Amino acid sequence: MTRVLIPLWNEDVAPRFDLAQEALVALLGENREIAEKQIIVLPQASAEALCDFIIRERVDLVVCCAVDEECYQYLTWKKIKIFDSVGGSAADVLERVRDGSLRSGDMVL
Amino acid sequence: MNATVWPLIEGLGDQSIELLQLMDEIPMGILIIDSAYRVALMNRAIAALTGYAPAEALGLPCHYVLRSNLCTTGCPVRQLTERGMSLRGDANMVNRSREKIPVRFTASVVKGSGGALIGYLKTVEDMRYLQRPDGMEARALFGRLIGKSAAMENVSRVLPAIAETDSAVLITGETGTGKDYVAEALHNASPRSKGPFIKINCGALPESLLESELFGHQKGAFTGAVENKPGRFRLADKGTLYLTEIGDLPLNLQVKLLSFLDDRIIFPLGSTHGLPVDVRIIAGTHRDLEKMVAEGRFREDLLFRLNVVRLHLPPLAQREDDIDMLMDHFLQLLNARFKKMVSGFSPEARRILKSFHFPGNVRELRNMVEYAVNLCDGNEILVKHLPPYVVQHSAKNVRSSVKSSPEPSGVSRLSSIQTKPAGEWILPPAMEHLPWHEAERRMILDALLKARGQKAKAAEYLGWARSTLWRKMKSHGIMP
Repeated sequence: MTRVLIPLWNEDVAPRFDLAQEALVALLGENREIAEKQIIVLPQASAEALCDFIIRERVDLVVCCAVDEECYQYLTWKKIKIFDSVGGSAADVLERVRDGSLRSGDMVL
Repeated sequence: MNATVWPLIEGLGDQSIELLQLMDEIPMGILIIDSAYRVALMNRAIAALTGYAPAEALGLPCHYVLRSNLCTTGCPVRQLTERGMSLRGDANMVNRSREKIPVRFTASVVKGSGGALIGYLKTVEDMRYLQRPDGMEARALFGRLIGKSAAMENVSRVLPAIAETDSAVLITGETGTGKDYVAEALHNASPRSKGPFIKINCGALPESLLESELFGHQKGAFTGAVENKPGRFRLADKGTLYLTEIGDLPLNLQVKLLSFLDDRIIFPLGSTHGLPVDVRIIAGTHRDLEKMVAEGRFREDLLFRLNVVRLHLPPLAQREDDIDMLMDHFLQLLNARFKKMVSGFSPEARRILKSFHFPGNVRELRNMVEYAVNLCDGNEILVKHLPPYVVQHSAKNVRSSVKSSPEPSGVSRLSSIQTKPAGEWILPPAMEHLPWHEAERRMILDALLKARGQKAKAAEYLGWARSTLWRKMKSHGIMP
């Protein structure tokens, strides 16, 4: 099981991790099927709050666009995988996560 | 040049001029966005800022390239459509290297000759050189080098003159002495300060990737090279390229760097056409390059060319007079950062910090103060707020000094190393100012001498296991 989090801006990956006010959280099953999908509304846009949420919710993979080095290193240190500099529609990006073809820097447009 | 066809300007001269080429000459980020808010054209300065090559960014939504804090909260370009007038303001952006950069932007509408909206023009100026994290201005940058010790004054005195020249600079010094900071300060105080400051760690990437990262590549140069890549040299055009950990640059790339320093032309991977670039090189390393030259691991001719101006940053151990000043400076800085009201250090906490040897130099001192400020719940930093290893080190030193005063009878003791049963030792005063690496080497040699070459006995003197001594001898090049 893999828990994936994508910070959102409308239907797309948010351009900035620290300014996202919503996030898509999806649970991928053993066969990489989407077992669960929900949109979380964050109380405020904050990198610290989002990092805490990610740790608390035991997220395994974060897919985002711009994230600063401090957050990146913190999440990596917490053994959370990050694909950053990713852009496009969150649904398409999640599909690429599901089929295992997504990499950092991919623009799914 | 890129396979992409860039727009041309007609009528300015006998021949048409490539717009991008013209834009590249302007030392300020310029971005042209189409009416659907997608990148239509961007110059080299903004490529250096964002980390996206112009060809890569082409057609991408502007918010995925600029990644500014205004993109989702109040995009100035979208406001232009409503207001129809030019806008300017301050923002920050997070680039592909995950750096948060303060920027100043202007945005205006681009209209066709018939008055129809074609797109938008955005200029983006890097404000790092004006807005330092602590609000200090560029002219005071060298003033931020804190220290009144003779060693530091020697450095501070020559910096403004070095900044004014365009020569290559080699900055040496142990880890944590501030090489990166000095390199950036040199750039910001130089006539190239309006140009980009590009930093690359020569030890962080494998050779094949580093070559492409430095010199760029042509589309199709190797598997996966699906686009032209400009490389850091081209991104740093009219600015400064800071090659950190130059001692880790592979020999093969040392030749290419040498060739650039000779004729100022770079050859991207897969290209036979040289590209002239106007870049000042600053290199930094904690390694002993002369020793590496003697061992055949660094090219002597490259060292000669980089060594035009050499700046050695002293380790903190040689700046005893500066430690108090640095502690107070970091305390002030971190108070502001963490919104704390810590007024100072208790005399004992100060004594313990000052007696530490700081192998990690100023960076380590800063980290210690940060740790203490975080833990401090009152208005004074006490011993209990200091990192435990510093306090333990201090306690051991005291015990060791007491123990080592009278020489125990019948036990062979080292003359220059004070040993303790716990396997810890402190440096004799004569060695306190040596770099840690050198002091350790001398202690090993001293111990071996006293033990008449018997490694088991030398290890016992040093309080190490035999395997530790063997490993350290090997790392210091002392043949077992």
